[in-house]
Amino acid sequence: MVTSATKRIVIEPVTRVEGHGKVTILLDEQNRVQQARLHVVEFRGFERFIQGRPFWEVPVLVQRLCGICPVSHHLCAAKAVDGILGIDRLTPTGEKMRRLMHYGQMFQSHALHFFHLASPDLLFGFDAPVEQRNVIGVIAHHPDLALQGVMMRKFGQEIVKATAGKKVHGTGAIPGGINKNLSVAERDVLLADMDRMLEWSRKAVAIAREYTLRNLEKVASFGSFDSNHLSIVRADGAMDLYHGKLRAIDARGAKILDQVDPLDYLEVIAEEVRSWSYMKFPYLKSLGAAEGWFRVGPLARVNVCDFIDTPEAEAARREFLGLSGGRPSNVTLAYHWARMIELLHSAEVIRRLLHDPDLQGDDLVAPAGERRGEFVAMIEAPRGTLTHHYRVDENDQVTMANLIVSTTCNNEAMNRAVRRIADEHLSGRPVITEGLLNNIEVGIRAYDPCLSCATHALGQMPLEVTLLGPDSAVLDRQTRAG
Amino acid sequence: MTNATITLTVDGRQIETRPGQTILEATEAAGVYVPRLCWMKGLLPFGSCRVCTVRVNGRPQAACTQPVAPGMVIENDTEELRALRRDLIDMLFVEGNHFCMFCEKSGNCELQALAYRFGIAAPGYPFLFPQRALDASHPGIFLDRNRCVLCARCVRASRELDGKTVFGFAGRGAGRRIAVNGEDLAHTDAEATDRAVAACPTGSLLVKRIGYAVPVGRRRYDQEPIGSDIEPAAAGR
Repeated sequence: MVTSATKRIVIEPVTRVEGHGKVTILLDEQNRVQQARLHVVEFRGFERFIQGRPFWEVPVLVQRLCGICPVSHHLCAAKAVDGILGIDRLTPTGEKMRRLMHYGQMFQSHALHFFHLASPDLLFGFDAPVEQRNVIGVIAHHPDLALQGVMMRKFGQEIVKATAGKKVHGTGAIPGGINKNLSVAERDVLLADMDRMLEWSRKAVAIAREYTLRNLEKVASFGSFDSNHLSIVRADGAMDLYHGKLRAIDARGAKILDQVDPLDYLEVIAEEVRSWSYMKFPYLKSLGAAEGWFRVGPLARVNVCDFIDTPEAEAARREFLGLSGGRPSNVTLAYHWARMIELLHSAEVIRRLLHDPDLQGDDLVAPAGERRGEFVAMIEAPRGTLTHHYRVDENDQVTMANLIVSTTCNNEAMNRAVRRIADEHLSGRPVITEGLLNNIEVGIRAYDPCLSCATHALGQMPLEVTLLGPDSAVLDRQTRAG
Repeated sequence: MTNATITLTVDGRQIETRPGQTILEATEAAGVYVPRLCWMKGLLPFGSCRVCTVRVNGRPQAACTQPVAPGMVIENDTEELRALRRDLIDMLFVEGNHFCMFCEKSGNCELQALAYRFGIAAPGYPFLFPQRALDASHPGIFLDRNRCVLCARCVRASRELDGKTVFGFAGRGAGRRIAVNGEDLAHTDAEATDRAVAACPTGSLLVKRIGYAVPVGRRRYDQEPIGSDIEPAAAGR
């Protein structure tokens, strides 16, 4: 729909991401992009309705805000509850079972995103027909890859089931530890598939790497921009997706902050609210809202850590950073390659853990220590750094909860990616072309956003793009089903 | 007379029982499961939930309160009674706030287990979403009225088994709610080890800080439906 008076482009819904969002692009008189916004338009309000619930219920309750990475919320809340109970160290079995659960989830989530959500764009090209550029197309033209995606996801889900009790929304992590160990029979079932999973993970890294190298020119500029990067890292600077302290670096790799305890997150991170989205905009306080925004997730983690403590993923990391001269990569589409490096890392960690006899231990829960009224926990979820902050009163009831979800941290970055792509594609024509729609989706999808998590919303994730003129009149609107 | 036996017919099958038993006790001894919720072994029958409704010589009766009599013809597992019980259970769900997905009693909950046995996948009646108060004041007990089905098991267990009067009812009709004998639970003589706490069939009365210590798969109704212990043939239903 185009009229002479209208100047607005809407893309709604955004497809093949988790949740529901839309994109609005505002144009000036010359039809140049003035502003591009990714709106997240649904709201769920978890922070409010867990108030009053007993703290031991929270790890199981709060994970219900997402069906894709509930394990991250489950474990992050469990870590926070450990802190409330004054438990700073779990038993070896408790900690390793939780780690196995977490890396199992990371493995399945990354496999799901790469093979089912992102691979259609990479295999067929951003502008391939929509009817081909989807998972059905992948099954038809690359059945081996489609099958690998399904089987890898299944493997990760089986790990989650063996550790949490259920594939989705389990109950495994309890205050102070875990409610079951891994039986020898469960372990052996998983080990039987381990070599194949490692081999497929290596291949997935190779696919992402080759795609990046083959399309280097396009990939390097596509929706890309310099940014800060943030993740938690281990005390020695290693990548640790389960536990660590905050580190942020700038676009060239200089440290902005390092080893900041999650308890002090409010001293270094603030969130800006903008009226047009339910998703907040976090930023580093020391740099302010304008300069302090950052990226999280696989790209940020591979950039931020000093090394990865599994050999194959570390070799892949070195090669990855070699492309940017050993400095952080600021390429939006490099998220895919970084995600596959983490997939390989997860497989290596899972193999290491499955061979660890501590998983068959019986000492599941650590004794409570001195009670704290408040605690903050962080974990690296598949999509980035996840923060859970709770206050609990003397009656064991939650009085305050604050969740800073991974996708929320990438809010500014996703908006910038949309802006960059819209700039390149509109060039004075106030209409939404198929190319614009496709490219905006590809840009957003690189971040693997979970918009349902980010606002704690319910529903599918379709894309709507609206093109607005300077007088806010609607110039064009395109909607694509989720 | 005390040694006499009584013969009844349950769903066309003759069973022998003794005078003084209720229909529920007699059928249970004969391996016939009559669904029940407010009834609990060791407590006087109360007859409030009506889930155990059977037809006795054609008339609806609560099996937990009705004594046996010679020649009774009892209908139990009929489509009409199954539908009635399903509706009763359904109504218990919608008049409270029962969120099984995060309730720690899930898998051990008798209300949930009944819903599974009766094939209730989702409520058929509109939710009432009542506003109900929590009581977390007690150091060892958590009272969540959202999950209370007014079965009075805690009320009776407190009196009959614990020798206390911690719980009672306040209000009438739709406004009826569980009440405690004090300003709040902390101001009663309730203890976490009271039989009254363990008597709760749902997640309304909980011992604090237990949560999900028992993993999924090892909970009471994870493997077999409720009633399987009485009616082994029901397993795998």
